[in-house]
Amino acid sequence: MNVLTDTAAVQNSGARQPLIAFDQVYKIYGHGESEVRALDGVSFQIFPGEFVAVMGPSGSGKSTTMNILGCLDTPTAGHYYFKGQDVGSLSRDGRALLRRHDLGFVFQGFNLLARTTALENLELPLIYRRIEAHERHRLAREALKLVGLDGREDHTPAELSGGQQQRVAIARAIVTKPSLLLADEPTGNLDSARSHEIMELLTRFNREHGLTIVLVTHEDDIAAFANRRIDFRDGKIVRETRKGA
Amino acid sequence: MFANTLLMSVREIRRNLMRSGLTVLGIIIGVAAVIIIVTLGAGTTRQVQDEIGKMGSNMITLSPGGAMRMGGAASSAAAFDMADVLAIRRDIPNMQAVAPVSLRRFQAVYGNVNRRPQVMGTESDFSVVRNWKVVEGRLFNAAEQRFGRMVCIIGSTVRNEMFPSADPLGATMRIGKATCEVIGVLESKGQAMFGGDQDDIVVVPLRAFQRRLSGANRIDQVYISAVSEDAIPAVKADLDVLMRDRRKIAEGAQPDFDVRDMAEASTMMQNTTGVLTTFLSAIAAVSLLVGGIGIMNIMLVSVTERTREIGIRLAIGALEKEVMLQFLVEAAMLSAFGGLVGITLGLLGALAIAPVINVPFVWQPATVINAFAFSAAVGVVFGFMPARRAARLDPIDALRHE
Repeated sequence: MNVLTDTAAVQNSGARQPLIAFDQVYKIYGHGESEVRALDGVSFQIFPGEFVAVMGPSGSGKSTTMNILGCLDTPTAGHYYFKGQDVGSLSRDGRALLRRHDLGFVFQGFNLLARTTALENLELPLIYRRIEAHERHRLAREALKLVGLDGREDHTPAELSGGQQQRVAIARAIVTKPSLLLADEPTGNLDSARSHEIMELLTRFNREHGLTIVLVTHEDDIAAFANRRIDFRDGKIVRETRKGA
Repeated sequence: MFANTLLMSVREIRRNLMRSGLTVLGIIIGVAAVIIIVTLGAGTTRQVQDEIGKMGSNMITLSPGGAMRMGGAASSAAAFDMADVLAIRRDIPNMQAVAPVSLRRFQAVYGNVNRRPQVMGTESDFSVVRNWKVVEGRLFNAAEQRFGRMVCIIGSTVRNEMFPSADPLGATMRIGKATCEVIGVLESKGQAMFGGDQDDIVVVPLRAFQRRLSGANRIDQVYISAVSEDAIPAVKADLDVLMRDRRKIAEGAQPDFDVRDMAEASTMMQNTTGVLTTFLSAIAAVSLLVGGIGIMNIMLVSVTERTREIGIRLAIGALEKEVMLQFLVEAAMLSAFGGLVGITLGLLGALAIAPVINVPFVWQPATVINAFAFSAAVGVVFGFMPARRAARLDPIDALRHE
């Protein structure tokens, strides 16, 4: 048994209903002359088990897409459906609960709690999920083992290398068995050898456990790990490609 | 949910001990100051009560001067004389004893020891009225009082300072220009309420004091003791009527004498110490308030410093109220901890200071509980604004924060 079996089971037996659907999503900042259309009528769907790379230069709208996907932001117009539910209609707390139960985040800057051990960092999302201490420790240890960091439970971020910190962050994202993992430039702070290790780890979670992953990057070799690639420019999707297609 | 919040709060406090320590410092100082002042204030009150008890609670004093005065020092109003004392003895019922008193400092010499004690001219009844026992020797006899013989009873300070090794009874010492024979030693009364050594005293018969020392017939004060506490109001009223009559003061006019019992003196003393304690407590409370503002200040800085952490929590799925509760609990825990340390330091401080300023250490559980509750409340009140600010952060901005 490992932490991700449940997700895999759901994915294999589930009908082909999209996990995520963007329906004519607009995100507009400012008014009149100074109006900026960060997203200009974007529509796409992502199905369970997909590994999608969102590409584009800075200002193309990929970060805005990520924030909306992560329920940290809401569209100005249009609809974002997560598991069929319109996220735009949820309250701030409703979106927080959706993040708590269905989403995992991996950031470019790792975003681990400083001076806090790897184990305690992993416990954080479990605490918010009201999982009791014994189970919490078991799940956290198991997740650390999955990212190859068993034995580093008591290390603080300062005592770990960049690659190891990102592994802890990935473990924190998957310890709650999320439906969707959002990775925002996860290799941006790492050298190419470390970057490939991280990407192999993510690919493994996608292949072996059916974890749905959306990855934002601007590097072609990183995007190449994904099965599907969506290119953004000026708030619009300019190209969509599938591996082997 | 609360247990989890507690756990997270403890982890956050532990994560930055330096910041936490600075946060609680103000509370520690404020609470310690309040505890020290209130404890010492209670000690002073206790001391006043004890002292008044020692004086004899049925005692009434008659002094010249207006109603606002205490004690019978120099005054523009006429002093009393022996005729007044005889009239009191004759006309006032429900009286146990009357002791006329005259006081002045004189030089006292024995061998090569030289002091300037308070010399009190009175009669043996003072021992009854003032509840002041003779521990060695005896009081004055009737003949000594009538003929004004120079015999004296000395206080314990005079005994210890002037007769460190010798037996004072039967010794002859010089007081002013006269010589007197020591016939008794008084029990120790200890320090007076506001300084002054009550045992630095030599008591002589009133008549001897008037003839041989002061050369005047005046009586500074009359101590009267009622037969019981219940008789005090009646005795006071009778005294008032008698003295108005003797001093020709119409009823309702401002008297030029003052009749006072110990309950009044006690109330007055307690009011004085009460006012002082309240005043000092107010100052200490201000320091506690400053401590609270210190908590708010550091919590606000800490919210800015911890923006990223808050962003992570929000991204992971913390609700607004959970972040808020965590910050409130952190503030309350810090200030409650500061309160505990402050209480400990305050009690230790009071314990150390009490003997130095000659006040008993009075332990008051209610004060301690109030101080603790107040310090925890300070944390919640002053932690509220920073906590709300933290909870309302936008997770996207918070995560981007450097």
